[in-house]
Amino acid sequence: MAILSAKAKPISKGKAAVVVAAIAVIAVFPLVFTNPAVTEIAIFALMFMATSEAWNGFAGWSGYFSLGHAVFFGVGAYTFAIIANDYKLPAGSGLFLLMPVAGVVAMVAAVLVGAVALRTKRHTFVVITIGVFFIFQLLGYNLSITAGASGLQVPTPYNWNAATFNNPFYYAAAILLGFTVGLYWIIRRSAFGLQLLAIRDDEERAKGLGVPVWRVKLSAFVISSFPVGMAGALFAFLIGQIYPNTVFNPLFDLSWALMTLVGGIGTIAGPLLGGVVLESVQQYLNLYLSNADIYLIVYGVVFLAVMFWMPRGVVPTVGDALRRRRGAGEATIAATNNGGTDSSSEGKATGSLAGVVQEGGK
Amino acid sequence: MVTDFIRAVIDGVLSGSVYALMAAGLTLIFGVMEVINIAQGILVILGAYLSYVLSVHLGIDLFAGLIITIPVMFILGVGIQWGLMSRLGEREKVSMSILVTYAVAIILEGALDLIFGPSYQQLSAWYVNKSMHVLGFYLPYIYVFGFLLAVVLLGALYFILYRTEFGRSLRAAQQNRTAARLIGIDVNRVSAITFGIGVAVTAAGGMVFGATTSFNANSSADLISRLLTIIILGGMGSIGGAMGASVLMLVIEALVSTFWSPTWATLVFYAVLVVVLAIRPTGLFGQKAVRAQ
Amino acid sequence: MTALLEVSGIEKSFGGIRALNGCSLTVERGMIHGLIGPNGSGKTTLFNVLTGYENPDAGEVRLDGVVITGIGPGKVFRLGIGRTFQLTRVFIRLSVLDNMLIAAQHQHKWLRSALRSPGQGGERAKAMELLDFVGIARLAELEAGALSYGQRKLLELAYLLMADPDVLLLDEPAGGVNPTLINQLADKIKELNSAGKTILVVEHNMEFVMGICGRITVMHQGRALLTDVPAAVRSDPRVLDAYLGGAEDEGLEAEAVRTEGGSK
Repeated sequence: MAILSAKAKPISKGKAAVVVAAIAVIAVFPLVFTNPAVTEIAIFALMFMATSEAWNGFAGWSGYFSLGHAVFFGVGAYTFAIIANDYKLPAGSGLFLLMPVAGVVAMVAAVLVGAVALRTKRHTFVVITIGVFFIFQLLGYNLSITAGASGLQVPTPYNWNAATFNNPFYYAAAILLGFTVGLYWIIRRSAFGLQLLAIRDDEERAKGLGVPVWRVKLSAFVISSFPVGMAGALFAFLIGQIYPNTVFNPLFDLSWALMTLVGGIGTIAGPLLGGVVLESVQQYLNLYLSNADIYLIVYGVVFLAVMFWMPRGVVPTVGDALRRRRGAGEATIAATNNGGTDSSSEGKATGSLAGVVQEGGK
Repeated sequence: MVTDFIRAVIDGVLSGSVYALMAAGLTLIFGVMEVINIAQGILVILGAYLSYVLSVHLGIDLFAGLIITIPVMFILGVGIQWGLMSRLGEREKVSMSILVTYAVAIILEGALDLIFGPSYQQLSAWYVNKSMHVLGFYLPYIYVFGFLLAVVLLGALYFILYRTEFGRSLRAAQQNRTAARLIGIDVNRVSAITFGIGVAVTAAGGMVFGATTSFNANSSADLISRLLTIIILGGMGSIGGAMGASVLMLVIEALVSTFWSPTWATLVFYAVLVVVLAIRPTGLFGQKAVRAQ
Repeated sequence: MTALLEVSGIEKSFGGIRALNGCSLTVERGMIHGLIGPNGSGKTTLFNVLTGYENPDAGEVRLDGVVITGIGPGKVFRLGIGRTFQLTRVFIRLSVLDNMLIAAQHQHKWLRSALRSPGQGGERAKAMELLDFVGIARLAELEAGALSYGQRKLLELAYLLMADPDVLLLDEPAGGVNPTLINQLADKIKELNSAGKTILVVEHNMEFVMGICGRITVMHQGRALLTDVPAAVRSDPRVLDAYLGGAEDEGLEAEAVRTEGGSK
């Protein structure tokens, strides 16, 4: 019997070049664009790229849509504020070290939430995440430790140079992004990532093949809460003042879902692309379009447009087009249409089964 | 003490009936189409604003106005089904339906906030501020009328579902869409009308809600999460379960609010959800209710 | 030969319908054992019970003497029973090769295996070998959703073999498969059997069943009517009665008889 390609997928040179270029651009960006208004937009873009990646790493890969990941953002933000205040930590770059702490506390919350929510089927899960989200927002409003609606003040490093004030935040966000992408790049290539994708396609069958679906789902859920919790802490430090509805913000999950869908759900690059484009536009609009209502309407309309006209997102659509152009030679991923049926796009995939078996079997 | 208890139970039952009406629409839509209509909350608020416009600007009585608002909301529901939901693919349908209706919800929320502003409104009529005196309890007329309206409309819903040809088709589609299609039922038409009915009840629900509670566009978030909690506890797709869960939850909320604090009452609402699901993932009344994907 | 799989007194009802009604049968080690019977006689339900997808109301299943009822499908698979489904269940958005690797991960402790990259330790080579065995190795990089129906059946069989199960339960392996392929499929099943696999197969295609099986059990109304060698089953009057007589839906029976000729 002939053994065909038994080697791991190599990383293409093109992809490596894009990654290196992206790292370079991110590294020098604040040195070139020094306007604080611009760097602030960039911080948010990096932050939302990282959090979209994490959202996708759970929701996109497992097929369990979470609309409650903002819980972990909020928990991270409050953890940061409460620790910084209670221990009277000096306002300075040392506070960035609280980000991983906030991430871990968010993971604890995720274990509790996931243990309940992940016991149910997919659509019930979505609804429960919404419910859990409101529980946390209500707690934010009603607990004494969060100071209710009056919110919490976070120490601001006033002694930092005004012109480069944003830069530490920018680089913290960049490191968060790098960490998150690296994490999901590793997961995607691990057996764990494969198990997660199998759950998305057919959970019962995966279980029947010995995949410990409950552990896989819960682990993925908890892992994805870590970057989100860290982002919450960074947000709190950057903004300096948090309220229940600014950190437990229901629009966050919608944003992550939208960014992921626009870019391409289930891909590594999709949420990054969706995040950088949409968050930049969003921040820009925030700056120049002060009316929140029009903003909501535009957001909803864009969302609908994406879901109906490009349900697979930019990255898979463009990726398929490129692959098709590159050559009709190797196996082409079948174009899946919106109707949910799979059809092979190339004759060879559907070629005579008898012939295939003859060839291989003898 | 006992009086407080009875008073809270009566409050809970009366307001629970209105939630039952709104939740019945939501769970009906889910049962037939496996679509979770996140926009149900804002549609209730839209219903309330429609009644507000009719009563303030045209002087039409709140209940009489339903003759106009119910058909309007029905048509809107048919439009959402026809224009959006029917165009969704089968893959990840439930999740996609949630995102689409979520998008519809924020568009409507933005639009309502733009038109009516953020200040709170409350519907007014003579029966909103007057109470009747029964067995030592003061009951605001609006609660009693709202309760009666909910009972009448839920009765009508039951009649449609179990005594009409359309109801038979609808229940067939609810059991098995493919089989229903095979025996000649126009599933698309049934879906459109079902969505219409599911949304039409928000006109009535919104009117009573608006007359008993002050509201703005933002109130929809709280409302939809309550309704979702109710239909999960009731077993998704079960109308009877939704009605039972509505009354039960609103009674619990009224009791907590009476004996503990109104602030924590809302939290108890969701805490019940979490506790119940931890013990029984199919909901309080659900058997097969939480369907396999 | 010794009994490998023993089913005793299984009962299973869905609502008012008794799908299995005191079903007992024994599958011997190294046998290709056929399971036939009219639609609704409980074959697929029995498969679900055997593989842990359904818990029986009463009775038990033993694999090599060990009770395996109620332990769930994942554990049953680990203990060495792999099954295919009547309507194939492959992971349509994963590549064919990844489908194979999913089934391979059970040998290790989960945390350790989860951190590895899939396909290490010779798994990838083994997967390719098995894909080659069923004849779809050159489709390895294709998304499984792009495979034809017959190819999916082959993939499903191949990924089960990744775990090297002792027993294979095949639910209508020949159903919907191109007639010219059926003979080759029969050869594959015989080949697996001579390599030591015990095989239990549900199939409506009588020619196929009679051709490969050493024993055949006829199911009727939720229990095993008789178990015997193919020739004896073919001539037993009770078998025809089971298909033609009884109180079951006539349309379904007619269909079952029609497929007897192997015309699919």
